[in-house]
Amino acid sequence: MYTQSLDIPSPAEGVPDPTALPLDELARSAAFNERAGSGEIVEAKDWMPPAYRKTLIRQISQHAHSEIVGMLPEGNWVTRAPSLKRKTILLAKIQDEGGHGLYLYAAAETLGVSRDELQAALHSGKAKYSSIFNYPTLTWADIGVVGWLVDGAAIINQVPLCRCSYGPYARAMVRICREESFHQRQGFDSLLAMMQGTPAQRAMVQDAVNRWWWPVLMMFGPHDKDSQNSELSTKWGIKRISNDDLRQQFVDAAMAQSEVLGVSFPDPHLQWNAARGHYDFGPIDWAEFWNVVNGHGPCNRERLQARVAAWEEGEWVRAAASAYAAKHPAPARAAA
Amino acid sequence: MSERKDWPLWEVFLRSKQGLDHKHCGSLHAPDGQLALQLARDVYTRRQEGVSIWVVRADQIIASDPAEKAAFFDPMQDKIYRHPTFYELPDEVNHL
Repeated sequence: MYTQSLDIPSPAEGVPDPTALPLDELARSAAFNERAGSGEIVEAKDWMPPAYRKTLIRQISQHAHSEIVGMLPEGNWVTRAPSLKRKTILLAKIQDEGGHGLYLYAAAETLGVSRDELQAALHSGKAKYSSIFNYPTLTWADIGVVGWLVDGAAIINQVPLCRCSYGPYARAMVRICREESFHQRQGFDSLLAMMQGTPAQRAMVQDAVNRWWWPVLMMFGPHDKDSQNSELSTKWGIKRISNDDLRQQFVDAAMAQSEVLGVSFPDPHLQWNAARGHYDFGPIDWAEFWNVVNGHGPCNRERLQARVAAWEEGEWVRAAASAYAAKHPAPARAAA
Repeated sequence: MSERKDWPLWEVFLRSKQGLDHKHCGSLHAPDGQLALQLARDVYTRRQEGVSIWVVRADQIIASDPAEKAAFFDPMQDKIYRHPTFYELPDEVNHL
């Protein structure tokens, strides 16, 4: 699932300053920028400017955290899914999110941070993750809407990352995007089934859409003019398409899909603009966005508590695995 | 909070189907090879992506140095006669 302006700096560190380097490093850095910007792929052990490394660690780990925290709003519904079919689908989707988190943590680790460091940052509340997972999933329709709109937005955000300049990140994204398509389709399928049901079910879908629409638009991050990291990320070939362009692409696609589904979006300004060839939409409440990013959304505290509890309650499993490994030194088993 | 005490990193290689090479597909942490294999199955073959898995401890891999790339691979660069296209043959036998 994932992302939002995937790269939100913590207030203390601000924007990386690429000029804060010794002179020879500066020249090396300039050459690097040119190569990365022109489509060359950077691999784990290649030289890279410290600011590039730092930006990637932050972005990839925020992305990984988002996948892991993203399992929580859906996990709430496993025992309450309306049928065995929907339950198995939901379980498969949640398992995918765990896998996506792992691909991304592994990509971040190639840059020289340890998994334990990354997880400690998440559990202490220091690391950021996508604002979208701090909203509650109140009804079964929310699970369908998370698949359709949240994963739909994630796909639009993530597809360009498959071509980003850092090889391990790009390869993880290819794998993730391949699996993400199932997430969006199962969500739409679930909503379609509800829309063919009773008036109460249809109302439940519309209510969920109303609550998720604006938070989903915020997933694309601040407007381009307010996005402090975008310029460097674009120069480095990490970011290929701007926040506003991705958001527009999403709105245009979602409008067409909403007609098939028979729902509307809660925005009186939404209308086709023939001159632009796109849908216009109303202003986004950025105060709400920053409030949620900074820890004051409806579920921030609950998510973090659930995440830490899951980690602590799993401790005995990890301890048992470590003890078993210590008792049974590696068996010599030939590869087949 | 408890720490995992850095389980070693394992690189995962997957044979996608009988008759093809194993190919690197990712990595994961595990306390031993057996568990690494099971985790690799759970993470990397959820949709029948593989029929065989290798896991190798990352610290056991000897790799060439990217900084030495130019020098290390240089000896092969000027040996164009190693390629079939180096040889221009008469049209009648040019399918050789």
